[in-house]
Amino acid sequence: MWGWAALAGLGAFHGVNPAMGWLFAVARGLQSGERAAVLRALGPIALGHAVSVALVVALVIALRGEIDPITMQVAAALGLIGFGALRLVRGARHRFRVGMVAGFRDLALWSFLMATAHGAGLMLAPVLLAAPLYAPGWAVWGGLLAVGAHSVAMLAVMALIALIVFDRVGLAILRRGWINLDLLWSGALIGVGALLLLFVAGAHVGTPNGALAALLRLCGGHA
Amino acid sequence: MATWKPDPTFYPSPRLAMQAPAERLAYVAMLNVEAQPKPDAMGVVDLDPSSATYGKVLGRVDMPGVGDELHHFGWNACSSALCPYAPHPHIERRYLLVPGLRSSRMYVLDVKPDPRKPQIVRTIEPEEIASRTGYSRPHTLHCGPEGIYVSALGAPNGDGPGGIFLMDHESFDVLGRWEMDRGPQFLAYDLWWHLGYDTMVTSEWGTPNMIESGIVPELLLGGKYGHHIHFWDLKRRRHTQAIDLGAEQQMVLELRPAHDPTKAYGFVGVVVSLKDLSASIWTWHRDGDAWAIRKTIEIPAEPADPDQLPPLLKGFKAVPPLVTDIALSLDDRFLYVSCWGTGEMRQYDVSDPFNPRLVGSVRLGGIVAQAKHPASDLPLNGGPQMVEVSRDGKRVYFTNSLYRAWDEQFYPEGVRGWMAKLDVKPEGGFTVDKKFFPEFDAGFRPHQVRLEGGDASSDSYCYP
Repeated sequence: MWGWAALAGLGAFHGVNPAMGWLFAVARGLQSGERAAVLRALGPIALGHAVSVALVVALVIALRGEIDPITMQVAAALGLIGFGALRLVRGARHRFRVGMVAGFRDLALWSFLMATAHGAGLMLAPVLLAAPLYAPGWAVWGGLLAVGAHSVAMLAVMALIALIVFDRVGLAILRRGWINLDLLWSGALIGVGALLLLFVAGAHVGTPNGALAALLRLCGGHA
Repeated sequence: MATWKPDPTFYPSPRLAMQAPAERLAYVAMLNVEAQPKPDAMGVVDLDPSSATYGKVLGRVDMPGVGDELHHFGWNACSSALCPYAPHPHIERRYLLVPGLRSSRMYVLDVKPDPRKPQIVRTIEPEEIASRTGYSRPHTLHCGPEGIYVSALGAPNGDGPGGIFLMDHESFDVLGRWEMDRGPQFLAYDLWWHLGYDTMVTSEWGTPNMIESGIVPELLLGGKYGHHIHFWDLKRRRHTQAIDLGAEQQMVLELRPAHDPTKAYGFVGVVVSLKDLSASIWTWHRDGDAWAIRKTIEIPAEPADPDQLPPLLKGFKAVPPLVTDIALSLDDRFLYVSCWGTGEMRQYDVSDPFNPRLVGSVRLGGIVAQAKHPASDLPLNGGPQMVEVSRDGKRVYFTNSLYRAWDEQFYPEGVRGWMAKLDVKPEGGFTVDKKFFPEFDAGFRPHQVRLEGGDASSDSYCYP
């Protein structure tokens, strides 16, 4: 159960982030002066996000049968740490060929690029690898459900915030409320990567000391 | 370095930006014109009325070299960082990018450690700009959603085409030429945009060779200076439309699109008409699927005794208004128009952008009038030129020099630098602040003014 909660929780976190879409939906509404435009923008944004996440999920499921679990988990952990570190060093890129005049296709493409650059789907990998989400033989359905749980949560939170901001609060909230979620996210990627490494080591060896030894071994040492 | 919260000077909309606190400092580009060449400088002026040094130049930062011709400049980042499609709000408005219009060198000044004493932290050499973009003579810059956009008047050899190049707003690397397809555009001057419509607008002055040794009468009378306005697809970087204002409309300069991104209109000033030496303001607007423009203000030339006119103008027996800069308040309500020739600052109510109403005027300087400032008994020369409006719209600042080689043609005795301030009344009209008349160090002429935290031409907004 915790696996599903984690998938949905990550979706909710992405939904909160103004840079992941709700702000764009509000902007569409303000530019055209109609509330319906806010709602219309949410679908393509959620779709683009879901496709980006689905790519990671599909990759994990596909490789799972081919590669042994430990290698898989270590690779995922190192991927998370590396991507998080890269984001910290390079900062967020924000040069996309999409502007304020954005229709369905532009919004979906933008959201896909934004989520991919953010590494939105990467965080799902450890959940998929560590949590018993589905029975063997049900991988495709399990994967779809995983993407669905994440995306529905993202869409729900995004829609809620977009409408509250559009209808009541106003954009002044951005000035104080827009904390640096990118920085948090990069930290989270690195933190979860590190936790996953510990988890692998712990599961492999079964004791804290053994875990440390295994971790060192995995990292190339000879403890 | 990324911050935890957005820079407090970023505002989602022009409406919210009008609630910003009053500015306490102005940065003023200062051109040195002494016979013995000395560096240009960035001056810092005290704008805090409660300060003992109110209205004084607090100090200046000299550039490392001579002959830069500091002119326009701008911030590394502004409110456009909050735009939804390219968000990067956790960056600081901290650096002033200061191009030398003649040297093509660009300085990066850090105002954070001590806002009263900016420090030069980086110099971008003309060779770097030339090799990465093919451009030279950087002129106007705007902080956009994806980086810093800089207009450039021409190529390193002084010919055209002029255009736009992009810079990174964190590393200040020169990224390259902006245009993918420039269409018929050749001359360059100003750039700005309608972010809500993904549309860039550019205007025309002349190539470096057409301006650097002064205005060329043959080119002017032949209608060779810029008379077009250009519209571009901001995202695809393609030219979409040129509108010819007519060859008699010489020098289409400052662009002031409505700050509200949902409004698709703006104002551009034309320096002089060959027909009658008048100056004009035109209102461009969206018309179906294209852009259209029409003249909405015409300011006539004033008859004058040839003895009082410089050689360039004697034959015309009139002094042209020479509209060289305009500024639009953040509520898109008041347009300020500098008449550098006649020495007049005008205020128009442009609530209806097609029917501007003149609601305020003051005479300071001017080729013939040499009108005095209330704080001084000396006749002034030069005239209202670079004009800047505070974010709340209550204060207006302006300086009196244009461009060194051209200053000498219209004011052969040499422009003596001054700066003035207006206090604006809520429903239009204004008074000259008698306490604000900074004295500039000898040999310096002030040009563009930038206000602490942003002003009415430094920021663009993605939300109404």
